[in-house]
Amino acid sequence: MHYSDITIAAIATALNNSGISIIRVSGKDAFSIVNEIFRAPGGKTLLEFESHTIHYGYIYDSGSYIDEVMVSVFKAPKSYTMEDTVEINCHGGIVITNKILQIVLEHGAVLAEPGEFTKRAFLNGRIDLSKAEAVMDMIHAKNELSAKASMTHLRGKLSEIIRSVRAEILHDVAYLESAIDDPEHFDLSDFSDTLKDHVVSYIETVQKLYNSADNGKFIKEGINTVIVGKPNAGKSSLLNSLAGKERAIVTEIAGTTRDTIEEQILLNGISLNVIDTAGIRSTEDLVEKIGVDKAREYALSGDLIIYVMDASIPLDENDKSIISLIENKKVIVLLNKSDLETKIHAVDLKEEFPTFFENCIFISTSTKDGVGMEKLEDCIKHMFFSGDLSSNDEVYLTNMRQKQAVGDALKSLNLVKQSLDDDMPEDFLTIDLMSAYTSLGFVIGEEVGDDLVQEIFSKFCMGK
Amino acid sequence: MSRIREKVDVCVIGAGHAGCEAALACARLGLETVIFTVSVDSIALMPCNPNVGGSSKGHLVREIDALGGEMGKNIDKTFIQSKMLNISKGPAVHSLRAQADKSEYSREMRKVLENQDHLTIKQGEVVELLTVEDLEHLQDDNSIAEYERVSDNIQIAGVKIFTGAIYECAAVVICTGTYLNSRCLCGESITYTGPNGLQAATHLSHSLEKLGIELRRFKTGTPARMDKRSIDFSKMVEQFGDERIVPFSFSTDPESIQKEQISCWLTYTNEDTHTIIRANLDRSPIYAGIIEGTGPRYCPSIEDKVVKFADKERHQVFIEPEGIHTNEMYVGGMSSSLPEDVQLAMYRTVPGLEHCKIVRNAYAIEYDCIDANQLFPSLEFKKVKGLFSGGQFNGSSGYEEAAAQGLIAGINAAMSILGKEPLILDRSESYIGVLIDDLVFKESREPYRMMTSRAEYRLLLRQDNADLRLREKGYQVGLISKEELDYVNYKKEAIQKEIERLKSVSIGASKTNQEFLESHNSSTLKTGSNLAELLCRPELDYEMLAQLDPERPVLSEEVINQVSIEIKYEGYIERQLRQVEQYKKNESKKIPDSIDYDDIPSLRLEARQKLKSYRPVNVGQASRIAGVSPADISVLLVYLEHRRHAKSNGDD
Repeated sequence: MHYSDITIAAIATALNNSGISIIRVSGKDAFSIVNEIFRAPGGKTLLEFESHTIHYGYIYDSGSYIDEVMVSVFKAPKSYTMEDTVEINCHGGIVITNKILQIVLEHGAVLAEPGEFTKRAFLNGRIDLSKAEAVMDMIHAKNELSAKASMTHLRGKLSEIIRSVRAEILHDVAYLESAIDDPEHFDLSDFSDTLKDHVVSYIETVQKLYNSADNGKFIKEGINTVIVGKPNAGKSSLLNSLAGKERAIVTEIAGTTRDTIEEQILLNGISLNVIDTAGIRSTEDLVEKIGVDKAREYALSGDLIIYVMDASIPLDENDKSIISLIENKKVIVLLNKSDLETKIHAVDLKEEFPTFFENCIFISTSTKDGVGMEKLEDCIKHMFFSGDLSSNDEVYLTNMRQKQAVGDALKSLNLVKQSLDDDMPEDFLTIDLMSAYTSLGFVIGEEVGDDLVQEIFSKFCMGK
Repeated sequence: MSRIREKVDVCVIGAGHAGCEAALACARLGLETVIFTVSVDSIALMPCNPNVGGSSKGHLVREIDALGGEMGKNIDKTFIQSKMLNISKGPAVHSLRAQADKSEYSREMRKVLENQDHLTIKQGEVVELLTVEDLEHLQDDNSIAEYERVSDNIQIAGVKIFTGAIYECAAVVICTGTYLNSRCLCGESITYTGPNGLQAATHLSHSLEKLGIELRRFKTGTPARMDKRSIDFSKMVEQFGDERIVPFSFSTDPESIQKEQISCWLTYTNEDTHTIIRANLDRSPIYAGIIEGTGPRYCPSIEDKVVKFADKERHQVFIEPEGIHTNEMYVGGMSSSLPEDVQLAMYRTVPGLEHCKIVRNAYAIEYDCIDANQLFPSLEFKKVKGLFSGGQFNGSSGYEEAAAQGLIAGINAAMSILGKEPLILDRSESYIGVLIDDLVFKESREPYRMMTSRAEYRLLLRQDNADLRLREKGYQVGLISKEELDYVNYKKEAIQKEIERLKSVSIGASKTNQEFLESHNSSTLKTGSNLAELLCRPELDYEMLAQLDPERPVLSEEVINQVSIEIKYEGYIERQLRQVEQYKKNESKKIPDSIDYDDIPSLRLEARQKLKSYRPVNVGQASRIAGVSPADISVLLVYLEHRRHAKSNGDD
């Protein structure tokens, strides 16, 4: 599709829990899309606003209130992209920001490619020679990285499910096409009932995939990394050290982090959602207790657990309860405070809790002065690119783009079902079946190419 | 050495299905044309299956006809059975197939060629292609003095035939089919001949290589022909033609071709057949590694079928007449390169063939051809100006695929001489466009066969509307008359008017109307509707609705058919039209010929190499080349935009 027909949207600010986030929408339908979800107090519509003005209002999603926002309007060609552009300034927060983006996408925008706003600015005539080269390099670099990351990340269950649905769809299409091509050889008279069963099951599977993207926990791109440990073990300084800034409050007093703190960190191109949890211990303090309960919840949902141990003091009951909490998880154990006298050794731990610590990775660190951090980063990187790290037991779609593609596949499959219910001839069915196949391929980064022709020839004996 | 030198406009090498179309197109456009063949008796020969059309191939024939080609008219004159395939499926995949009387087909086509103004038939093997530079070094005895080629810009200037005679011309169309350096294999017995024992063309390959054209080797095959008297048809199932025969050509009056038809017959292989084949695989030239060429997967030999689909208990065998005046029967589905004795044993296991006598053995044929990515979509060689090629030489297979390319190559040879724009059909307007685009831009490792699944917009590319799609192009080229164009325009208008009328005739929920619907098992109306909406219902058709439509004008069957399809499948058609709109945008983004891909560092190496070798003329074509990723296309777009602006600012 040509770019000028597509309205794109993306979160334009860094995704974190602080301050204001901006969702930028650019393209010929930018105004009409945002207008559908924006309500100004005076009842004015977005289309009535002057260019370069900012307005107060609310975002609604099919009647239900989402957030209070400021919306800036830029009319073509006086915008960054030289297209009609709307920027929605919302109340930060990962969940709300993502929710609004999701709504914008549902109303017809397409998630922007990396660097796409700049690319459009360029294509629409903001010409600058040095920029042209930069844009080309960026397209190239981002594409390589995201392709590699998504391929590796997807080596898990998600891609397995998608691959198997795709293979089945392709087989059905190939059969139909063989019969169309060689009607005296292949009989389709009973096939539509069989196909109906197949399509219903594809819809069910794909619907499940689609829903899994909706449950909120994995709405962000990246791996959920949860930092757990007893109070004052050094979790917050670890987070600060990873994020490269003072984010969590670090004090000497045990129990300072009373809630969970989230941070998105880009580590060698891998996106980590690091959640620092309140120290887990039995507590009477009500506020802290809520924090502890949340920490437990997070620990259960994490893809990767970093268990920070204060190596200068021996294990106690609190450690045992942490261990029981994270038993079945991928765990990196940090033996922290290596600058102090060490009371805990990996060998002893393996002996004491053989089932748990046998498969853990141990790294000796001193988060206070950054010792061992490089090793930790390498370790995470290695786990990611070797495919060790993937989502939890259940399959989640972690990426919005993927979700959109899965949504498209679902739409196509429903059209197939509709065509089947309407008793449409078989050649109409393959059109939407192939669209579903293509969309699903997009999720796992596979192009269609000559798949169908290959399948026809390899599975069905054709020709005279 | 002969010293004959003639001057013509176009030389066509080969008089098969591609060559005939190419030569007729050039001659009909007023250019002096010579068509060379190794044997005048083999003009428009059908050396394999005795039929024309079939799934997607029938579409090609219709398109050839719409553009002013000959194949459709010729099969209408010479068919002995006709069948519309896929009639139970959607209109997009209905496909016409006719059994031909082979010798009649060949004779009729020869008659057309012989009586065509500006066209000369010449028997003789073309041995050399001559360039402008070659002619500059021509000596009195028609030999060429040795010289060093100085120019990279090679321009064709003529051909030399085996006798030494030279035909100077401005364009050459190569349509050598399977004749180039061909050899036929039947088990251990190998002959260096073209199909059917005809003389092979053994010199031209060398001349092509000298011009820098790369050749490759493909293989195909054909089954045995049997004596009808030795076949027991009582053990087979009779296959009849359609009761009402539909012509291929838009110019043929359907009434004129309703005639008695000849049947085909269906039987099956069985476990005994397969056992014989398996036991003798070591004597098959393919499995023994004697054949180097790549064969087509869609038309596998019976050996291939048995090996690759080992779990299939039986394969279909169609026994088809080769003509009215012959007893030879074609054994469809059992092509083979096994030795003669194995063939006979294997065929005799098939019910009805127990006592069969083989007239001609099955054989495989290997031949020189090209990878068509050496051609522009106009089918002109990138390396040699004025040199065009079509047909099996381009790596395709099938009579219809050949004829389609021959027609386009001929038209474009003519266009180049007449100084006009080449005719390039795109994927959204024709199967021919899909065929050529695939051949020129996609990698293929086997002879290419048309399939409806290759056409992404097939809902729009129906065999029933080929005239609506292409007549005008044929007229612009000069192969379609004004009257023929006027008729199509009248038809288009009538269709449009009737669709609009049906949408505007409202149908209320009156008692009569509801009763009518009930009587046709159609749900009754809750609110007012119109005729078009009712026509959308699967259970209703145009004829039934006559009862509710007293004002209906009198329209031809073909108009009614188009109206019904357009209305019934409107939603699907609209979706495809939207896809086409998107497709056209990239097709319209031209890539200048002067582009230097080395100037774009962000392109991946593979993409750069591919783009350099394929030299696509627009972004759409570039995007279909294997090895060019969407990111590369983005980079290319950014570069083209940059270049455009740099140019307009004068600082390129």
